[in-house]
Amino acid sequence: MAPPAQSHRSPSPSQPSGKGEVSDLKTQLRQLAGSRAPGTDDTKRDLFKKVISYMTIGIDVSSVFSEMVMCSATSDIVLKKMCYLYVGNYAKHNPDLALLTINFLQRDCKDEDPMIRGLALRSLCSLGVANLVEYLVGPLGNGLKDGNSYVRMVAAVGVLKLYHLSASTCLDADFPPLLKQLMLKDKDAQVVANCLTSLQEIWSLEASTSEEAARERETLLSKPVVYYFLNRMKEFSEWAQCIVLELVSKYVPMDTEEIFDIMNLLEDRLHHANGAVVLATIKVFLHMTLSMTDVHQQVYERIKAPLLTLVSSGSPEQSYAVLSHLHLLVMRAPYIFSSDYKHFYCQYNEPFYVKKLKLEMLTAVANESNTYEIVTELCEYVANVDIPMARESIRAVGKIALQQYDVNAIVDRLLQFLEMEKEHVTAETLVLVKDLLRKYPQWSHDCIAVVGNISSKNVQEPKAKAALIWMLGEYAQDMQDSPYILEGLVENWDEEDSAEVRLHLLTAVVKCFLRRAPETQKALGDALAAGVTDFHQDVHDRAFLYYRLLKYDVSVAERIVNPPKQAVSVFADTQSSEMKDRIFDEFNSLSVVYQKAQFLQPSYMFTDKEHRGPFAFSEELGNLSIGTEPSDAAVAAQRVEANDKDLLLGTSEKEEGHGYGSNGSAYSAPSYNASTTAGASQAHFDLVSIDQPSTVHPPVSFAIDDLLGLGMPSAPSSVPSTLQLNAKASIDANAFQQKWRQQPISLSQETSIDPRGVAGMMNPQALPQHMQGHSINCIASGGQAPKFKFFFFAQKEDGSSAYLVECIINSSSCKVQLKIKADEQATSQAFSELFQSALSKFGSA
Amino acid sequence: MISQFFVLSQRGDNIVFRDYRRDVQKGSAEIFFRKVKFWKDDGKEEAPPVFNLDGVNYFHVKRIARAIKDYLGVLSEESMRKNFVLVYELLDEVIDFGYVQTTSTEVLKSYVFNEPIVVDAARLPTLGPAALFMQGNKRMPGTAVTKSVVANDPGGRKREEIFVDIIEKISVTFSSSGYVLTSEIDGTIQMKSYLTGNPEIRLALNDDLHIGRGSVPSFGYSGSSGTGAVILDDCNFHESVHMDNFDIDRTLSLVPPDGEFPVMNYRITQEFKPPFTINTLIEEAGSLKAEVILKIRAEFPSSITANTILIEMPLPTYTTRVNFDLERGIVGQNADFKESQKKLEWNIKKIVGGSEHTLRAKLTFSQELHGNITKEAGPVSLTFTIPMYNPSRLQVKYLQIAKKGKTTNPYRWVRYVTQANSYVARI
Repeated sequence: MAPPAQSHRSPSPSQPSGKGEVSDLKTQLRQLAGSRAPGTDDTKRDLFKKVISYMTIGIDVSSVFSEMVMCSATSDIVLKKMCYLYVGNYAKHNPDLALLTINFLQRDCKDEDPMIRGLALRSLCSLGVANLVEYLVGPLGNGLKDGNSYVRMVAAVGVLKLYHLSASTCLDADFPPLLKQLMLKDKDAQVVANCLTSLQEIWSLEASTSEEAARERETLLSKPVVYYFLNRMKEFSEWAQCIVLELVSKYVPMDTEEIFDIMNLLEDRLHHANGAVVLATIKVFLHMTLSMTDVHQQVYERIKAPLLTLVSSGSPEQSYAVLSHLHLLVMRAPYIFSSDYKHFYCQYNEPFYVKKLKLEMLTAVANESNTYEIVTELCEYVANVDIPMARESIRAVGKIALQQYDVNAIVDRLLQFLEMEKEHVTAETLVLVKDLLRKYPQWSHDCIAVVGNISSKNVQEPKAKAALIWMLGEYAQDMQDSPYILEGLVENWDEEDSAEVRLHLLTAVVKCFLRRAPETQKALGDALAAGVTDFHQDVHDRAFLYYRLLKYDVSVAERIVNPPKQAVSVFADTQSSEMKDRIFDEFNSLSVVYQKAQFLQPSYMFTDKEHRGPFAFSEELGNLSIGTEPSDAAVAAQRVEANDKDLLLGTSEKEEGHGYGSNGSAYSAPSYNASTTAGASQAHFDLVSIDQPSTVHPPVSFAIDDLLGLGMPSAPSSVPSTLQLNAKASIDANAFQQKWRQQPISLSQETSIDPRGVAGMMNPQALPQHMQGHSINCIASGGQAPKFKFFFFAQKEDGSSAYLVECIINSSSCKVQLKIKADEQATSQAFSELFQSALSKFGSA
Repeated sequence: MISQFFVLSQRGDNIVFRDYRRDVQKGSAEIFFRKVKFWKDDGKEEAPPVFNLDGVNYFHVKRIARAIKDYLGVLSEESMRKNFVLVYELLDEVIDFGYVQTTSTEVLKSYVFNEPIVVDAARLPTLGPAALFMQGNKRMPGTAVTKSVVANDPGGRKREEIFVDIIEKISVTFSSSGYVLTSEIDGTIQMKSYLTGNPEIRLALNDDLHIGRGSVPSFGYSGSSGTGAVILDDCNFHESVHMDNFDIDRTLSLVPPDGEFPVMNYRITQEFKPPFTINTLIEEAGSLKAEVILKIRAEFPSSITANTILIEMPLPTYTTRVNFDLERGIVGQNADFKESQKKLEWNIKKIVGGSEHTLRAKLTFSQELHGNITKEAGPVSLTFTIPMYNPSRLQVKYLQIAKKGKTTNPYRWVRYVTQANSYVARI
């Protein structure tokens, strides 16, 4: 359908502007309407074509509706088809006009020609006008019983269309049982397949409210039904086979014998030229053998070759889809693919998205026996002129190094990258060398020697610069020039745009100072002075933290900033194994391509456009609605702890933004009765150019701040009498979901919504927009009539409290369920009132 | 389920737009176009064929394109625009309410009534593997490949003919010392039938054909040019193919449906003799200069000629000028320095088997060399087409058409072609 909205698009010079031409068409069509002169049909064809081409490019031609209908009395099937297409496009938005068409469509449904009967029935069902559904029941009933398979095929899908228009009409007419009968006995395989798809969709949607539908849905998976389909497998078109195979993959066989029977029956499907059939078959095999470890492995071996053939025989697009599945399998069982690593070598003309997947697979299958070859191959890509590819390849080499014990040779390769003197290679390599050192401190000597030769002027990328600075601080003892390089960097403080780099610089200077005080003194003074006046809050706070720490006791500072470090043994995996299992469950679906599982039906749509991917969030929400599982919480806790470990090393790397104030263990609680500090360091410290009267126990921070002339944000926030919301409040989806998980429900309420508002629910954007007008932002929304679900976020004017709302609206009963979580429990009632008043205005404007 | 199907022009306007389920927000085509056009700011990464934007999944759909091509003969913006009503008609039958009904041209033929307006194919590059037969080889009846399966010839009668194309795409990577690091053949037996009455066809392949590397003792193949068995690592077949006799006499039988379709796809990693060897020498000549010598040798019999050979080599980014020195008196060759991409391109129209060609190029740099120059340039990549040649030695020994009634003997075309997929020599 060409949406009428597009008609507002300014027409380009080559396109007709519309108006004049459309009225011309109108007159011409009118003239032709009653004509029976020979050649009329040809003229009509030309005119119809024009109408449809305007419709396609987005010009509104709905004004010729009645003329089109008048011209539709013809036996020319091509004309009829064009007319049907036109009518289907505009009927929905012009229900009055649609009524005009019912008559001729119903007449055509009784035509002699089965082709016309089918087409008319399809168009009739596709009109999409809810108050015309009563006209559908009769023709649909006849269609299902029609002697011609084309008509039955159309009718089977027609039932589903009717269901979406009006579920009750469809169910009251007893169509589902009719479909079931047809499915189990029709001679035409496509009719059978269409019955199956329609029934699956209808019963799945009904299952939540009707026990009978749930039962019926189960019977689709019963042995007789599944075997019926399996036995007719070869009759189905390749696409229908996919639908049947998907059904079979959900079937639970009684015993192993049955499993082998089914697999033998489907074995030849693995050699099908259509990748969709092969993938669907593989899904059946994998899922049926899950509990049989040995057989499951044999299945992997068996499907390897067909998958590789599919990857190489199709277009890059197909290749990508299949490769994504192969990628999933490789990640699950790398050892099975370790001898096939050459298949994952990249070809120079492959699109980047294919290469990227291949690099990940190469990384996964690397083991003792093939690492040398793989890394050699990867090194070739690093020298590549294609910069994104070079970067990914370096990361791959780094990952292999991090997952292996014998990294000797790899470290050499990485260091050779630094000698290539290409800026992007150097940058990417530095980041990796840093991670490598955190895991294998024993390599510090080799690495430091090479890193020391890099001029910091040649490193511009923030991540790389931060990595270099970290090494300068951490290995200040071994890198002779460290204090002087740092000093140079501090001098250019003002030109450094990245807060991440400035944070690292602060830490590095302090570390360096603690080891080589005399040389670093000046740099430290400059850095702290610059830091405390920095506009970035984290930098500012960290500068003060270091300042007070050093002021308080240098030996304490030493223990806090520079404690002996434990090597990181495992870097956190980006995907939990639970997540991987869920993706595996959704084999042969988009989840695999996106590498994200979809847990919620229907999936939630994100209003936050910045968000990386929609499923990441919906998955969490899915867990929430089930109730937070303890295991989940434990995982989260672990993650927080893991982050704490490198708190001082790279806080800003962690984009999730776990507050670093909230940590418990490692670095907090230094013993305050520490032994007296070495006089020397105390003396040095006074040289720090911030002039401050020495107080042994700095009572409050005001003193320092005042001396620096900064002034503190004054006065604790007072609770306003009426709640005001911050109009510019924002939160990203990740933070929202974390907060939602952490906070208890402060208020749970039921209310109702204006029926006029319910009418507005047809447009999913309407409610979020309305609420935004009241400073309440929608984070996620989803659902289908009659049940819609929204998540909202709002913040108090002064930012002191955030409000999170889960809002479930039932559009048929006009009931609304609210769950509110708030930072400040006390104000949650006030907020709830505010929310409800905003909601009650929805639709009444 | 498919909610919408649209085809956009290069400029982003709708050529065809069909909404099946009315469950997607307005303007999806425009959103899609913007996203693809500006996938990454620097334009260096291309959009993947599938992506999700605000909860809507966008796909690149392949099979529908093939069905449309069968009808139009040529798939191009022009042919789509001229035939958009026919395309709508096809789309109506291919998908109903988001569910794929059929993509088989054979089935579609009985439902679709518009006749295609045939577009002059000569000046348009076509899609699909068979397009490579178009490249100016007079032995091949090029028009057939772009002929619509439903349109009649100007004479009114359909010409009875069938095309069987053995298309092999080869990937070879040579190490800097000239050894083959990896090699693979991805082959397809492609069929396009214009036979009336759908007669049964039998295709006989090599007697010594084996499927699966484990199926033959390893001494069975002697590598490069010997007469060893043809061993496929794996293959797959079109729905219509019956393999009842395959184990006995290596024949495939099928009733070909209308339209173009792959009878069989296969994959070979067995070693084969690469059709070209490349020799690259890059040497510094003073602080701001270097010389590149490229040598290409055709390792196939002199009865065969390769077409449209393109040799490409990325040069150091600080290259400012390149002077070329082609062999004296040579025709059909030219070399060029693509300054924006810093790439050397060497075009050769034809290479006869057994011959050798050399290119010398003098490079001038804007800055002094540092490090190893071989890390700044290369690798050398080749694209080419070699008609009537296939390195796997897979053959269609005969093509038998079961006779029906008194029809005249149809034309049969069995054609071989080899194309470079990824043919790379490292330096």
